[in-house]
Amino acid sequence: MTSRNGKVQPVQNHTVVAIVEDKPGVLMRVASLFRRRGFNIESLTVGPTESPGLSRITIVVDGESAPVEQVEKQLYKLIDVVKVSDLSHEDTVARELAMIKVRANNVNRHEIIEIANIFRADIVDVATNSIILQVVGDADKIDGIIKMCEPYGIRELSRTGRMSMVRGPKTTTVHEPEPESIARVHATQGRRVEGVELPFSSD
Amino acid sequence: MAKMTGAQILLECLQREGVDTIFGYPGGVVLPLYDTLPQFPGIRHVLVRHEQAAAHMADGYARATGKLGVCLGTSGPGATNLVTGICTSYMDSTPVLALTGNVARALLGKDGFQEADITGITQPITKHNYLVMRADNVAMSVREAIHIATTGRPGPVLVDMPKDVFQEEAEFEWPERLSLRGYKPTTEGHPGMIRRAAELIDGAERPIIIAGHGVIWGDAMDELVEFAEKAEIPVINTFLGIGGFPESHRLSYGWLGMHGMYYANMAADNADVVIGVGMRFDDRAMGRFKDFNPGAKIVHIDIDPAEIGKNFSTAVPIVGDVKRVLPKLTEQVAETRHPNWVEWIDRVREEHPSLHVRESRRMLPQYVMRSLHEETDGNATIVTGVGQHQMWAGQHYFFKRSRQLVSSGGLGTMGFELPGAIGAQVGRPNDEVWAICGDAGFQMTMQEMAVLVDEQLPVKIAIFNNGYLGMVRQWQQLFYDKNLVSVAVTQPDFVKLADAYGIRAIRVETKAEVIPAIREARAHPGPVLVDFQIDQEENVWPMVPAGAALSETIEAPAEELAR
Repeated sequence: MTSRNGKVQPVQNHTVVAIVEDKPGVLMRVASLFRRRGFNIESLTVGPTESPGLSRITIVVDGESAPVEQVEKQLYKLIDVVKVSDLSHEDTVARELAMIKVRANNVNRHEIIEIANIFRADIVDVATNSIILQVVGDADKIDGIIKMCEPYGIRELSRTGRMSMVRGPKTTTVHEPEPESIARVHATQGRRVEGVELPFSSD
Repeated sequence: MAKMTGAQILLECLQREGVDTIFGYPGGVVLPLYDTLPQFPGIRHVLVRHEQAAAHMADGYARATGKLGVCLGTSGPGATNLVTGICTSYMDSTPVLALTGNVARALLGKDGFQEADITGITQPITKHNYLVMRADNVAMSVREAIHIATTGRPGPVLVDMPKDVFQEEAEFEWPERLSLRGYKPTTEGHPGMIRRAAELIDGAERPIIIAGHGVIWGDAMDELVEFAEKAEIPVINTFLGIGGFPESHRLSYGWLGMHGMYYANMAADNADVVIGVGMRFDDRAMGRFKDFNPGAKIVHIDIDPAEIGKNFSTAVPIVGDVKRVLPKLTEQVAETRHPNWVEWIDRVREEHPSLHVRESRRMLPQYVMRSLHEETDGNATIVTGVGQHQMWAGQHYFFKRSRQLVSSGGLGTMGFELPGAIGAQVGRPNDEVWAICGDAGFQMTMQEMAVLVDEQLPVKIAIFNNGYLGMVRQWQQLFYDKNLVSVAVTQPDFVKLADAYGIRAIRVETKAEVIPAIREARAHPGPVLVDFQIDQEENVWPMVPAGAALSETIEAPAEELAR
């Protein structure tokens, strides 16, 4: 977005957390909704929650393409979405994780280890001509270490989307437990359909 | 508990939910279901000739009765043929349960014969859908599907079942309670918002109600009349809202939009408070968004929170069921009169009557529609296709009750008319049902005439035959420099065609034959096709040109009226 004095201003992103039923196809429904409404996804992270049967999807959306109120309301229309929270204006802890495979040799390995130490990254693999760094932090920190590693040559980069959690006692969890009847089905049948790989599954 | 097959459980659930009719077409993977159908004599199966028509029939049935409509197709092409009909229901929020079979579980995802990923395909055009992978999940899925389809903002729900799930046995247990954590429609309306709305309405000098499809689905005509009368607020409808407010009421000012009445568009554009009731501020109704009455404050009552603020920013949003919200609003608004405002709209209506049918020796479509209205005393159920004839039906038939006009608004599906009318007639066997067809749209689904004969349904088919894709021609004339391309449609001899199906048919070539033909059709106890060979060049007026604002509504040009 360009402001009136011509300076380029960063477009504000929104972080939206959706607590969803852990059912086949739920991720497709969410992704399809964003495609259909023209909302751009910057990153998306899915994983289990503290409640059995519920997954947490953290979506970072480009605020220009997606009025956050519409994103929330459209998400709520999906039957499998139980709760939606906009964390954009909350005081949160936001983290991403990256694994960076950097070219290394006997001469420069210690320099790379030095960089890792500055960024409090872990060295999770070392070989004669490569080294894997694992770093956790906000996007700026990860961008920073990537920039520092670039001169040595990055062979491979894998980076997660953003996870966010509100600071303090406030939560974005769902307090309604899984209905007893459904919990019973899950207890007896498991969550996946036995012996059948679904062609489009959320997991 | 008895062991039952998946097919038996499905039909047992439908029966318990009060389903009496399935519009369907058999095929390989649904054979186990068809094999089971005779065990459930309470469920009537209407055999269609194309699955698209099955979905439209279920939709027409739902719109005419207010009940759930059910359609059924086999896997692959059977399922994909339903798609247009499902999308039609989705755009107009009608409760339809679409059932499909799929290939056996072991073949899913392997591109087996007649496999289609119909849950994936219909994901964006259903309210929800299910792929049921075990017979012991059938009952819960079907219960949930019907609950979701018929509550909140209604919509189509698809249930897909692999062939061997129909055959698999399971203990049948009727799920007494449903628990959907992610689905709890808001119905009551926020008291604080209702209070704010009442204050805004009390302070309004030129309030207007725009009443939509939600009034019909919320069964809220009486509540709307009471509200409008207490605060003396003129009511205009959206096209799909027609029938939700009696057109004979003194506060009724027709319907707005691209081919709405001039005075309705002007009233909407000059109001200071716009109260949207069960509607979604669609572009065909509102014209160019950015220039719709910029000074108006909007109160928006709708059951779907996602509709609020989607196209317009709203001064007072009220999420709830119009039937529950309107009485609370009526209670809180002051008893007011707006004589100057009502007089202003009356004057606009006098000066720009919009619905005047001019004297002509030609067979004008408006005259045919008006004659049908008069001959049927305004009591018939009118089912239309999409295009010019649809607009003339909305304009020149005057509706008294909800569910009297059945028409595809949001998706604008040509070919809806005949199957839609069949669904409506099945649902309301004692009603006089007229399928108002265009000559082009009729050719999209005319094979369903066979169903009229099979099921002995007395649907009257009126073809508004001008030999053109009339609405498209109108646009080419107005916006593409009269460059008419692919709009002149050849056609079979409709009278002979109907005759081949064993349906009585009348061809009407002159104005003088119109009324006798309508009388003859009405007097005949079975289905009748009337081929009205209307004036070929007539266009629909008034019109808001594509992309224009409501304030730019144009009326019939003098040279057209002089023809």
